[in-house]
Amino acid sequence: MRGAVSVQGLRKAYGDVVALREVSLDVEPGEFLTLLGPSGCGKTTLLRLLAGFEVPDAGRILLSGRDVAGLPPHRRPLNTVFQHYALFPHRTVAGNVAFGLEGEGRAREEIRARVARALEMVRLPGLGERRIDQLSGGQKQRVALARAMVREPEVLLLDEPLAALDIKLRKEMQVEVKNLQERLGTTFIFVTHDQDEALIMSDRIAVMSQGRIEQVGTPEELYERPRTRFVADFLAVRNLLQATVGARKGALVSLRTKGGLDLLAEDDGGYREGATVWVGIRPERMSLQGAGENALSGTVEDEIYLGDRTDWRVRIGEETLTVAEGAATARGRRRGDAVILSFPAGAVLRLEEAPS
Amino acid sequence: MSRRAALFLLLPCLLTLLLLFVFPQALMLLASLGRRSVYGGVIPGHDLANYRRALEPLYLSILARSLGLALLTTLLCLLFAYPVALWIGQKAPPRWRSALLVLIVLPFWTSFLVRMYAWIFILRTEGLLNHLLLHLGLPPLSLLYTDVAVLLGQVYGELPFMILPLYASLEKLDRALLEAAADLGASPARTLLKVTIPLSRAGIAAGCVLVFIPSLGAYLAPDLLGGARTVYIGNLIQSQFAVARDMPFGSALSFLLSLTVLALLALFRRPLRAGQEP
Repeated sequence: MRGAVSVQGLRKAYGDVVALREVSLDVEPGEFLTLLGPSGCGKTTLLRLLAGFEVPDAGRILLSGRDVAGLPPHRRPLNTVFQHYALFPHRTVAGNVAFGLEGEGRAREEIRARVARALEMVRLPGLGERRIDQLSGGQKQRVALARAMVREPEVLLLDEPLAALDIKLRKEMQVEVKNLQERLGTTFIFVTHDQDEALIMSDRIAVMSQGRIEQVGTPEELYERPRTRFVADFLAVRNLLQATVGARKGALVSLRTKGGLDLLAEDDGGYREGATVWVGIRPERMSLQGAGENALSGTVEDEIYLGDRTDWRVRIGEETLTVAEGAATARGRRRGDAVILSFPAGAVLRLEEAPS
Repeated sequence: MSRRAALFLLLPCLLTLLLLFVFPQALMLLASLGRRSVYGGVIPGHDLANYRRALEPLYLSILARSLGLALLTTLLCLLFAYPVALWIGQKAPPRWRSALLVLIVLPFWTSFLVRMYAWIFILRTEGLLNHLLLHLGLPPLSLLYTDVAVLLGQVYGELPFMILPLYASLEKLDRALLEAAADLGASPARTLLKVTIPLSRAGIAAGCVLVFIPSLGAYLAPDLLGGARTVYIGNLIQSQFAVARDMPFGSALSFLLSLTVLALLALFRRPLRAGQEP
């Protein structure tokens, strides 16, 4: 149970603004769980409730099976890596890392050894005597991580810790933080608004919107099968269409979009004839030269070159769809060219309006 | 920016300092080297007799007492002001903050003299405080014209000068740092000692200087609340100019007081400067 986190029916409002409405979530010991969502979705509020900086209006929080209601932040067996690091400017690097251990009344020798080990762990050995304002952003990030990890917490909370780093450093730190977590086996609860970061680092992701958890799943599950319109949109499904359900044809079901396109989708049992549904199709599941149950003719409206791939905006009747093609196959088309856009029925994802 | 342009921009500041600080000090230095004329004027001269007199044990003990009063005033102001500034700067709802600060500086709208008389009404034998004590069945206190009354008046008068700089540095203090301390297991008391106080050092230093220096030359509170029973350096200087009509000796005492302050500032320059870096 050590390191397990269980959140049950958590609610929090600030005046009239509801930050969290009925959030429940279970995190396994040693799991890397990411709270993913846009700003204002409640992910940081959830983290602050876990840390004890805010008091919930309703609901329970169990850490390692223990109810922590009424425990002030300094008594909770977890540590936080803050968004802007929150390093103590009046202390050296080593002084920052040692802060928590000094409070526990550890012996000097032990503190020195553990601080040195923590700095080695984040690959900053020998920088202990540096002042905080002499560090680069990436180094500050590592110190914050070492400071939070040195007390060997049961759970580590990370509030957008990589958001302030430039893209190259961020990519490196993503892998490094993930490796560190796997080596230590500590439960990590990681907050981010960056879907790529969430997919790279997490064991599971909880996508949040408007104070609710929309969907929880492994990166593959979320990527392959987003359940709601919000999750699909946030995970870059791009082509979201409103359609009316038509007749069934064997294992397939026909759909007519608002813009007048006829699509075939795999029948997952959730389509009711005559109902209006949202569906989504990932750009990379569509092709301008392949085959599939769906084949639509349209004209190229725009081309967006992205290096490793090209996004084509294709106009079909009233709708405009985005198709991604790999760099090798993307050559030779121009605006106004007639193309056939094809994709399998399995690429059409049925989306719900809100989490059920 | 070129050196010349920088000098040009500094000019107003330099002129002000020259006119309001250097010039009067020079005038005082000149007067202190002269002799008193029969009618209280200054006969120019260049001997150090006034300084020799000022360094006699009698006057040195008055200076020492004044240093003691200023030190005690500063410490008590710090003690009372810190919780107030901490509360306004960190805990009070932000929309209340400016109103609370106005309340702190509101007494300045009334002359210090009037406020000292108000304290006399409170502290005197038949005053408000003793009425209250008698009403509660407690024995009355004889507070007015004691050193305690002087200290009380000083602390009361200087308190805003301590609260304002403390507030300025505590209000800036990043709350995330306090949360980080709590997150790392520090109790509120340990957070105060290890994070809040060290990070408000600039405000503490500024407040202490702002309170200590005027307290050193205080003469109104000792005069009115102390009944001039105990002489402090401020009273001594004032009486040289107003009563004894010995401007040269008064000037020498004033100049020595200025030197004392400068020496103290130089002595504490390091901690003061260090406090300025957050």
